[in-house]
Amino acid sequence: MDTLLDMHRQAVLAHPSSQPFWDAAREGRLLLPQCTACGRHHWYPRTFCPLCHSSRVRWQLASGRARLHACSGLLRDPAQTVLAFVELDEGPLMLTHLVGRQLAGWQIGDELQVSFRALETGLHLPVFRARETEAV
Amino acid sequence: MATVTRSRETALGWIVGAFEHPTRHAPDVSTAELHRACAAGALTDAGLGFADVDGYFGGRDVPGSNVSWLIDYLNIRPRFIDSTDTGGCSPLAHLMHAADALASGRCSVALITLAGRPRSEGMRTGTAPRPGEPERPDSPWELPYGQTITTLYAMMAARHMHRFGTTAEQLAWVRVAMSQHARHNPHAMYREPVTVEQVLASPLVAPPLRRLDCCVISDGGGALVVTRPEIARGLRRPGVRLVGGGHTLHGSAGGYFELTTSGAVVSGAQAFAEAGVKPRDIQYASIYDNFTVMVLMQLEDLGFCAKGEGGRFVQDGQLIAGAGRLPVNTDGGGQCNNHPTNRGGITKIIEAVRQLRGEAHPAVQVKDCALALACGPGGSVSNGHSHATVILERV
Repeated sequence: MDTLLDMHRQAVLAHPSSQPFWDAAREGRLLLPQCTACGRHHWYPRTFCPLCHSSRVRWQLASGRARLHACSGLLRDPAQTVLAFVELDEGPLMLTHLVGRQLAGWQIGDELQVSFRALETGLHLPVFRARETEAV
Repeated sequence: MATVTRSRETALGWIVGAFEHPTRHAPDVSTAELHRACAAGALTDAGLGFADVDGYFGGRDVPGSNVSWLIDYLNIRPRFIDSTDTGGCSPLAHLMHAADALASGRCSVALITLAGRPRSEGMRTGTAPRPGEPERPDSPWELPYGQTITTLYAMMAARHMHRFGTTAEQLAWVRVAMSQHARHNPHAMYREPVTVEQVLASPLVAPPLRRLDCCVISDGGGALVVTRPEIARGLRRPGVRLVGGGHTLHGSAGGYFELTTSGAVVSGAQAFAEAGVKPRDIQYASIYDNFTVMVLMQLEDLGFCAKGEGGRFVQDGQLIAGAGRLPVNTDGGGQCNNHPTNRGGITKIIEAVRQLRGEAHPAVQVKDCALALACGPGGSVSNGHSHATVILERV
């Protein structure tokens, strides 16, 4: 197995509180931690709110919508992975991958929708694709 | 809560020894031996010996799980040990910690070393994901995306260009200035001057960053010896003292962070306040140049120019000694000279010391240099980078 993905599997096991996120991801749903004290979402997930330090944090179903903040990728990478920071509609920036286009096809500000990639570890990883414009 | 700040009156750390190992490729030397050679060089420069050392400062580049192995290897007897590690800026933090330990009487002669061999080990420093640590709290969320140092800094550059209109030509001017300085450094890895056109013609690694926006991968290291003023005055070397310092972590802040801002905003402000000086007073600056974009971001964040003006500040040779408004990295920097063990902190201090002593190459020596700054980040963006700034004064 890919070393990075095996390390990721170990990381998930080392953080038991992350399990609801991966369970939802398997069903194609993106959960975000939201603080019920200050109302804000944060990323990456913690069991407390890093913004107001309350411990009243719960998993909330996210809209899955985001906007492209910045992206790049190694031109020599055979997989042509596009790494990105996206700004989730709920507020925080998230490190992720963009799928469906080559690097040159993306522009800062592009509207995005979450999607999930099944990994060989059995975990499902959130990635983002261009949001389909709704039919008029 | 009131914040207590310190002032330059407590500045009791005098740098009396500074040494940059001449090697850039050391396949036949162990990392521990490189540390020893650097320590010996700095102690010789100071006119001191290993037996005089009673404080040791080193980071994660020291081989083994902690610094004890190196201390034992050197057979020194410190009564104060500090192994703070915040990435590439660690030596800048060590210098501040050494000054504090000297001021409080915890030690009298502090030794700081940094060394390593990423080039001999074939490390793809910027273009391979770093091996993760499962226990790290960001690992479940960021590790599987396989980010590399270069793709992260490329996103910073892309964002800076988007927000402020910074151009690839402006980034290229940073490399051009470093290459003009490296011509005069016989130990520099790349001594050939390059033009803006040559930088722009170098291959894209991770758009918008090109090969010549990236620093070198080099073996080697450096060391510093820091002592109290009364000991320093008895030595032959010109006096250089730490008059201000700042250290911080610019974190991901729960996802609400700015990619185009560095921790220099905090560490720089703290260092300037402590030293009681302004950016316009600085005659020479060592700015950690792992990527060209980081130089102009730090210049903005330190207050050498307004936020977003970094591109205009660096263009047209403005960082070239003798020609521009602020000489930066007159040794050739990490871009052209040296980036030992992927950590730029110690070489940044060493070139500032050379300038303040009047021992830089004559072609790049700043006339009557009395006040210098050295700074740099550690770690990388997204899950947080540390940043340290020091201000040094000729005594």
